[in-house]
Amino acid sequence: MQFDSINAFFNMGGYAFYVWLSYGVSTCLLVALFFSSKANNQKIIKKIAQRQKRENKLRQAAKLQNEQNKQNKQNKQNEKNTITSSEEKS
Amino acid sequence: MWKWLHPYAKPEITYHFTGKILPWFSYLATILLSIGIVWALLFAPADYQQGDSFRIFYLHVPAASLSMGIYVGMATAALCSLVWQLKLADASAAAMAPVGATFTLIALITGAAWGKPMWGTWWIWDARLTSELILLFLYLGVIALHNAFEDKTLAGKAAAILTLVGVINIPIIKYSVEWWNTLHQGATVSKLGKPSMTMDMFWPFVFCFLGFALLVATIICIRFRTEILARNSMRPWVRELVEKVEG
Repeated sequence: MQFDSINAFFNMGGYAFYVWLSYGVSTCLLVALFFSSKANNQKIIKKIAQRQKRENKLRQAAKLQNEQNKQNKQNKQNEKNTITSSEEKS
Repeated sequence: MWKWLHPYAKPEITYHFTGKILPWFSYLATILLSIGIVWALLFAPADYQQGDSFRIFYLHVPAASLSMGIYVGMATAALCSLVWQLKLADASAAAMAPVGATFTLIALITGAAWGKPMWGTWWIWDARLTSELILLFLYLGVIALHNAFEDKTLAGKAAAILTLVGVINIPIIKYSVEWWNTLHQGATVSKLGKPSMTMDMFWPFVFCFLGFALLVATIICIRFRTEILARNSMRPWVRELVEKVEG
């Protein structure tokens, strides 16, 4: 241990401002870099997930539309058939 | 060796591999840095001329040498991406640039805070300081180019060319203290043979340096994985992975 007391430690032999400025700024920058990197990672995953959800929704909507179209077509066909058959009868 | 290296050119395998080594990097970095910093602040002897202001050394020197080391790594990746068009090399270069810029900034700030009490000035336009400042601008330029284009391949190419042109700055920083008369002192640690400091000052430096190097590895790993995900977001393996994570 190079320092006799806590006060001596914080005083850093008269260079307190410069030493603690260096250590403080470095710590702040590194902590900021680390957490922003982590946050970026999560952000990208969220973004991809959101896009996937949107795509799934669109796909489902397209499927539904397709089915509906088919149904409509079938209905029309049926109607036509019934009309023609009734015409035939008469 | 090529056969052994080849699978790592596949983004999926690299993603999982980096995921496995990432915790080791971060644990080791935490352990080494806490030992190194406590040792540097509390137990290392004060310099007979500089007193306790010498403790800035334990941040300044690792940050400065890592800022150059990261640049060399980024330049290697840039060369690989230009010559062999490795997409992963592009991603790794993009991951390294912000980390390198941060370490350059730390080296400059701690250098200024050390220069004020020792030289009597925060800043002087001497060869070492100016070339290190240019390194910061090179990093900022590379980051800006990576973000300047929607097309990541094009952005990577532009950034790679700037990176390779900027390599000329690295030997200038390294040898500036020998080529010119500068206020900055010469090398203390990175000399061949014995470092010119006592062992009880040198050992905490070893811990700090390795700790910072592993911290760099940790952060680059995280950023590299983010880049891989962003660049492969349409691939089936990324879709599966994201679905698993986000439920």
